[in-house]
Amino acid sequence: MKNIIGREVPEYIEGIGKTDMFIGAWEKLKKGWMDEPTIPPPNKAKTPHLSKICETLEEAIKKTSPKDGMTVSFHHHLRNGDNILVRSIEILANMGIKNITLASSSLNEVHNPILKYLKDGTITKIWSSGIRGDIGKAVSEGVLDIPVIIHSHGGRVRAIHTGKINLDLAIVAASAADEEGNATGSHGKSAFGSLGYASIDMRYAKQVIVITDTMVEYPCIPISITQNFVDYVVKVDSIGDASKIATGSTRITKSPMDLRIAKIAADVIEHSGLFVPGFSFQVGAGGASLAVAKFIREKMIKSKIKGSFILGGVTSYVVDMLNEGLFNAIFDVQSFDAAVSSSLMENSNHIEIPAALYANPYNCGCMTNKLDIVVLGALEIDLDFNVNVITGSDGTIRGASGGHSDTASGANLTIVVCPSFRGRLPIVKKYIHTVVTPGETVDVLVTERGICVNPIKPELEENLKKAGLNVRKIQDLQEEVEAIVGKVKEVEYTDKIVGIVEYRDGTIIDVIRQVKK
Amino acid sequence: MKIIKKAQSGSFESSDIIVLIEPVVEKSGRNIEIDSSVMLEFGDAIAKLILDKLDEYNITDIHLIVKDKGALEPTINARLETAIMRACDLQKGTL
Repeated sequence: MKNIIGREVPEYIEGIGKTDMFIGAWEKLKKGWMDEPTIPPPNKAKTPHLSKICETLEEAIKKTSPKDGMTVSFHHHLRNGDNILVRSIEILANMGIKNITLASSSLNEVHNPILKYLKDGTITKIWSSGIRGDIGKAVSEGVLDIPVIIHSHGGRVRAIHTGKINLDLAIVAASAADEEGNATGSHGKSAFGSLGYASIDMRYAKQVIVITDTMVEYPCIPISITQNFVDYVVKVDSIGDASKIATGSTRITKSPMDLRIAKIAADVIEHSGLFVPGFSFQVGAGGASLAVAKFIREKMIKSKIKGSFILGGVTSYVVDMLNEGLFNAIFDVQSFDAAVSSSLMENSNHIEIPAALYANPYNCGCMTNKLDIVVLGALEIDLDFNVNVITGSDGTIRGASGGHSDTASGANLTIVVCPSFRGRLPIVKKYIHTVVTPGETVDVLVTERGICVNPIKPELEENLKKAGLNVRKIQDLQEEVEAIVGKVKEVEYTDKIVGIVEYRDGTIIDVIRQVKK
Repeated sequence: MKIIKKAQSGSFESSDIIVLIEPVVEKSGRNIEIDSSVMLEFGDAIAKLILDKLDEYNITDIHLIVKDKGALEPTINARLETAIMRACDLQKGTL
């Protein structure tokens, strides 16, 4: 059947069960409490002065008594430098464990080597906020019988504490830890910054292993992962490729197209009515999105406006804005470059936050709810402003839901920045492959060819027009783009569902079908 | 029109296309190889554009290779025409 935003979603999905249909971005949350109970986290005990130290990761994993059908979790703060996930899965596979549910907060190209374990039945189910590289392609081609479930960063927390994801084992990589398992990502040779996504795992997993390449004397400070949740501690030579974990400072793009889009987006913010003292702000780390921060910084200095807080994935560029006094605080769920780690250590107004506080919809108010302005990217956007950030133009999984729908839902002003087409592929389209973020939570689209305001925000449109900005109908923009690039031959799908896209509240907003070869 | 010599136009840059042309034995037909970053979405459209252009120049025997990185139609047409005119020795010097 078609759900409320017109996506064809079956009422029953093989391997998943009856579909809880998406009913609107805030409908399920409106009544103020949730029907799903929070499951109790495990009760554990240790007698005094027992050692948690294991010589190898293998020893630690064996001590947790892994079994067929288990769920094992990881965080993706090591980005494309991670070598813990692959090693752990290899160890489990060598032990002959089958039917593993993999619950990593995201999957990147660096995880390509586990593809063989999807083929041989070691891993049979995946929960993740995003899948890139070979795994995304293979999943789209139908390598797994059970569809993968794509959640948002906030949705992952909800799925864990309501017991939809039932963690048996969490393997938490940290750049520094002590013998009891107090751990951080903010210092050590592989420092990666915030450990925000791992926080819920340590609370709910039946067994928790902390793995580090820098053992420090007790106590490890600051304490992101706390010892009362940790079963075992392992010291290894390396948790990953430091050059890919900590990639220096993120630079502002030099692409003229991205800069032009960013400049227009900054003009939109300036004239939106929300560019006022005390505003809060989030930008992504990608090209045009981060470049918006550059232009906003200039406008803040010029008009002497000081903001409240910066949220989210944090780059060194916004750390500079904190240090210049343009904002009071940074709330950091995930750090994007090396320079951020030292700020997290040294600046008391740069605060590490767990994913629950960042974006979980099932609590008394996550920080995305307090957000004024967010600038997001898109792989595709349709005429109703629905956004796809998970599947590429060929219909295969290659992106990440991340915090896209969480922040879009929370912010007063959600701006999507993207070129109108990329390498002949249209981004603004009549029909997009997958919806991750519903159009009702997106306020304005900014492209190099003009600004489109969601009709649900007539006041915003009025403000932007008054400021003389190039505001136009999204339908006109779509037609213009199609006239330039030509008609795209549509991708053909089979009936097999290879992925399910959960909205942050746990309802199903869309499904991903197998691409016909 | 007859292909006299090897010729090429365009580049490997993103949003451009490189066109390579070789003469072949008479009456051996058109041998066309297309590689594109948007093969799935525009492969057919690119093929049609090439055939139309060859018809326009009355070229029946040719070995033509294109490597496309998402060029728009005007770009493809321009690169094709340039390569054809060079290969047929129709291009009399450049500015």
